[in-house]
Amino acid sequence: MDTRNFGLTETQRDIKAMAAEFVDTEIAPHARDWDRAEQVDAVVVKRLGELGFLGLTIPEEYGGVDADMLSCTLVTEELGRGDSSVRGIVSVSLGLVTKTIAAHGTEEQKQQWLPRLVSGEALGCFALTEPGTGSDAGALATRAVRDGGDWVINGSKMFITNGTWAKVALTFARTDEGVTAFLVPTDTPGFSATEIHGKLGLRGQATAELAYDSVRVPDSARLGRAGKGMGIALGALSRGRISVAAGAVGVAQASLDAALRYSTDRTQFGKPIASFQLVQELLADSAVDVRASRLLTHQAARMADAGASPKEYATDASIAKYHASETAVRVSNNCLQVFGGYGFIDEYPVGKYVRDARVLTLYEGTSQVQKLIIGRALTGVDAMA
Amino acid sequence: MSLRIAVTVKYVPDATGDRHFAEDLTVDRDDVDGLLSELDEYAVEQALQIADEADDAEITVLTVGPEDAKDALRKALSMGADKAIHVEDDDLHGTDAIGTSLVLAKAIEKAGYDLVVSGMASTDGTMGVLSALVAERLGVPQVTLLSEVSVEDGVVRGRRDGDTASEQLQAQLPAVVSVTDQSGEARYPSFKGIMAAKKKPVESWDLSDLDIESDEVGLEGSWTAVDSAAERPARTAGTIVKDEGEGGKQLAAFLAERKFV
Repeated sequence: MDTRNFGLTETQRDIKAMAAEFVDTEIAPHARDWDRAEQVDAVVVKRLGELGFLGLTIPEEYGGVDADMLSCTLVTEELGRGDSSVRGIVSVSLGLVTKTIAAHGTEEQKQQWLPRLVSGEALGCFALTEPGTGSDAGALATRAVRDGGDWVINGSKMFITNGTWAKVALTFARTDEGVTAFLVPTDTPGFSATEIHGKLGLRGQATAELAYDSVRVPDSARLGRAGKGMGIALGALSRGRISVAAGAVGVAQASLDAALRYSTDRTQFGKPIASFQLVQELLADSAVDVRASRLLTHQAARMADAGASPKEYATDASIAKYHASETAVRVSNNCLQVFGGYGFIDEYPVGKYVRDARVLTLYEGTSQVQKLIIGRALTGVDAMA
Repeated sequence: MSLRIAVTVKYVPDATGDRHFAEDLTVDRDDVDGLLSELDEYAVEQALQIADEADDAEITVLTVGPEDAKDALRKALSMGADKAIHVEDDDLHGTDAIGTSLVLAKAIEKAGYDLVVSGMASTDGTMGVLSALVAERLGVPQVTLLSEVSVEDGVVRGRRDGDTASEQLQAQLPAVVSVTDQSGEARYPSFKGIMAAKKKPVESWDLSDLDIESDEVGLEGSWTAVDSAAERPARTAGTIVKDEGEGGKQLAAFLAERKFV
């Protein structure tokens, strides 16, 4: 019985196998160098586009691959197992931007952006968070004001993944009607992106501060109805949470794989350290946590595939993200413990897993926010603020 | 006229898994993880490149093997082959290379072909003779062990690299070619390719579909038989020689003893 692929269809298993092979051959061997250089090789984006990583679940008529959410989740886990920075590039561009345009865009917007995003010729970034608003996303201050048939946007955004690489910024700004979403081409005059350096982890990924200095876009750049932007953002984030959860499972699995190998190779007191009960305990607890996180993540993906809307699966997505992100932090740390001193040097991958995993409980909704989302769903009482 | 390319592939046990012989001294193919033989991926890749260059081509991938062998066909279809043929029959168990060449040749003839592309050897049996045997049975030229291959105007051309020289070869179609692991990296199946493979036709044939009698194949019909098989002994610790001036002599003696020099 194939326990690792239990419950997957043949196609899902093939998709996962292909992603794993690509990651093992073209991503994992370079992850440390990209981390040291603070930049993933841009040719990776081209390869991801060519092979379909940036088009999963997007309709074929726009160049996408008609695969289901669970397949996308399996692929994301493999990417996370290889390199969290590469996984993040895909999670944001495909998960938060491409899918949102596919869900809410006009036919013109879909034709304008989807083929370019799917092929990797363009990347997208999701411009919601601001220097002053993270968890309190609804209080964002970037403003968009009507001027004739155009909108003029002023404000700034913070911690935006793909910020300096993106050709389109899905931007959330306050208008008279409330929060409104805009597809802002990053070559629009007045738009600028500055890379943030010195991150603890995800160092290969371009995370940026964005500035909007009287950025003018036509009304045709507005995504969805004016004032409906927050709903679009929350739907995107729900979808995105499943992707982040999958990435978390990936980095946790990578940590566990590395620690298992090390525990049978490394000997002390005349035997492999896997012989020691306290080492086995670390590994066993980690394996259980990873398995549980994976099942929660797959559950949320299966709900999406069964037709649930992002609003309907939002709580399950939060549960998956909360569990998987906390697992990734805990498991990567426990696996570093198995390595002992050697794990502290980047010759071994586990230190990078610890650093990359640490952001997972901080972004895409902190663990605390996830708990409040779950608590609100359970009790009907909003304790968010 | 469409260029009909037949690619022969084999489903082999995973080299990183536990490979062993069954009681009848055949390779145990049950309950073992298997995959499309890596050397055959190069054959599929070259067929795809030839098809890309041609105005109109169709690639049929064929395999002779047990039920799980269809996984090898599916991988080839995901890479871009158009259709697949699976020859499967209980009486095929234990067939040797000569018997396999009979089955493949009949299947290729039945499918129709202008060019047969195969890998240079399987990664389990590693006989490396099938393409030559199949060409003999089909009565067509064989151009083997190519690191470069192309087709133009009914002629297949290729380069074979030897230890001391490279040869440029060509043959009139129909012909059989085999390609080496130097012929160019095999592409990954794209996700689109994996999804599309589901809809591509896979035909199943047995020995009666090919007019082959069961005594022509299987253990009974084999021209060779395996008398015994033993597992290679586990690797022992090597010898460490401390060089105090005699190191070179000791090394030479070690090599000479094992007939390496």
